[in-house]
Amino acid sequence: MDIVVENLSKSFGPQKAIDSISFQVKRGEVLGFLGPNGAGKTTTMKIISCFLFPDAGNVQVGNYSIRKHAAQIRQHIGYLPEHNPLYDEMNVIDFLQFIARIHNIPRYRITARILDMLRLCGLEKEKYKNIRELSKGYKQRVGLAQALIHDPEVVLLDEPTTGLDPNQIVEIREMIRTIGREKTIIFSSHLLTQVEATCNRVLIIHKGKIAADGTSAELRLTYTEKLLRLVVEGGNTEAVFNLLTGIPDVEDVEITEENSFRIQAGRNAPVEKDIFQLCEANGWYIKELVPIEERLEDIFRQVTQSS
Amino acid sequence: MVRTIGILIRKELDSAFNSWAIYTGYLLFFCICGFACWLSPGNVFTLGQAGMTPFFTVINWIAFFIIHALAMKSVADERRSGTLELLLTKPVTTFQLIAGKFCSYLIIIGIALFLTLPYYFTMTGLGSMDHGAVLLGYFGLILTSACYISIGLFASSAAKTPISAFFISLGTGLCFQVLFGLLANQIPFGPVANLFGFLSLPEHFESLNRGVLDTRDLFYFLSVIVLFLALAKLYINKYRH
Repeated sequence: MDIVVENLSKSFGPQKAIDSISFQVKRGEVLGFLGPNGAGKTTTMKIISCFLFPDAGNVQVGNYSIRKHAAQIRQHIGYLPEHNPLYDEMNVIDFLQFIARIHNIPRYRITARILDMLRLCGLEKEKYKNIRELSKGYKQRVGLAQALIHDPEVVLLDEPTTGLDPNQIVEIREMIRTIGREKTIIFSSHLLTQVEATCNRVLIIHKGKIAADGTSAELRLTYTEKLLRLVVEGGNTEAVFNLLTGIPDVEDVEITEENSFRIQAGRNAPVEKDIFQLCEANGWYIKELVPIEERLEDIFRQVTQSS
Repeated sequence: MVRTIGILIRKELDSAFNSWAIYTGYLLFFCICGFACWLSPGNVFTLGQAGMTPFFTVINWIAFFIIHALAMKSVADERRSGTLELLLTKPVTTFQLIAGKFCSYLIIIGIALFLTLPYYFTMTGLGSMDHGAVLLGYFGLILTSACYISIGLFASSAAKTPISAFFISLGTGLCFQVLFGLLANQIPFGPVANLFGFLSLPEHFESLNRGVLDTRDLFYFLSVIVLFLALAKLYINKYRH
């Protein structure tokens, strides 16, 4: 099922949580939802999951609209809320059974589904424990199990990896990638490396608006300047620096160490050629001229600090 | 629809009977009932006749306090812990949620009332009883309890914490239980006095307790229940807008 979000707006009192955002997620796509705290990620997820009502705009999940078919959408959505609310006094099996029954899973399939979920989420050893007694990581797994038990076509995960240790994070990432092949997944996180490793597409949301949308490779192309590392031999560092700053397309030069420079230039400017010609004219030779890959962190910072 | 309500009722009852609070509540209920019925100065032996009318009035007051304590956590706690979000993003409507809670509390009270039946059998042995009046008395108790439950659910939906829910629900309950009756007595006559008289809950309960079944009383109880359950639904949805 595809998700189509159209001009969605929601305010809490005078504060606009999300301001007319639109995007689409296709089946088989894992969308990473990024943004600083209070950017509107959770609000958007709560609206898609039919918990909050939007002030304006619409969300279409498959052929269903949140305004008209909330009941059907809830049946097809698996949602893990941000703080992972669970009934602490229940034990794991009872809780999953309750959720399975609420989802109208036929009685004969419930046991099989619960066993599948216990296996998938690694809860087999903890299945008889009360949820209250579980550690944060295991609670998070129960949260995931309840979101996936009815085999939903759309999965919304609001910061699913908080409180997990690095091994668990990798496991959950793998799981998201596996289930993401056949389902539509929106997944929010603060950990940018994780989003990059898991998601096909990244959506950065800032102050209630979409600040960037695309695959991480596309974002790099659009939002980053060209960064080069240059190591030159045979010249005085000072002199090379002065001449490098003189190249018209170069925006910034930084001396990182003796004979080594970090050069920033416009994305499409042919600075490599200019640098080469400059070195040739002065009799220096280029030991290294390599592009520096920008990380998603830098793009994130750039996009969310600009306004 | 009904199936979902059934699942919610079962879940509520499971978690209720899994905690000590409910057994403490029952114990308190039976201690006070037993004391009022057999040991207090106005006990059944001083009445001079076999009847359960004074006993039902006592039960009504105990139920009044216990139900507010029982219902205060219902929605407020779920909202605070976030499980309200969990439930309402599952195929559960607000109506089903409220209906599930309402019915489960009614069942808990029903069990308490059922366990007072030995009093009835004992008293039948002590003298001739008006069985119809006892039946209507029990019916009246169920209806008044349902009113308190709906008031409790409304307060729990409107308040942010269980304790403020308790005070809101106790306050609203006392208006129906005491205040409207007092006002009706204070104002000598006229439509306002009649209105307060009609709003006073004991007026309607007493007539059932005496063994009189009047459609006006039934109408009154049903309207109070529906009104407060509708308000509960309104408040739960208000937080989602």
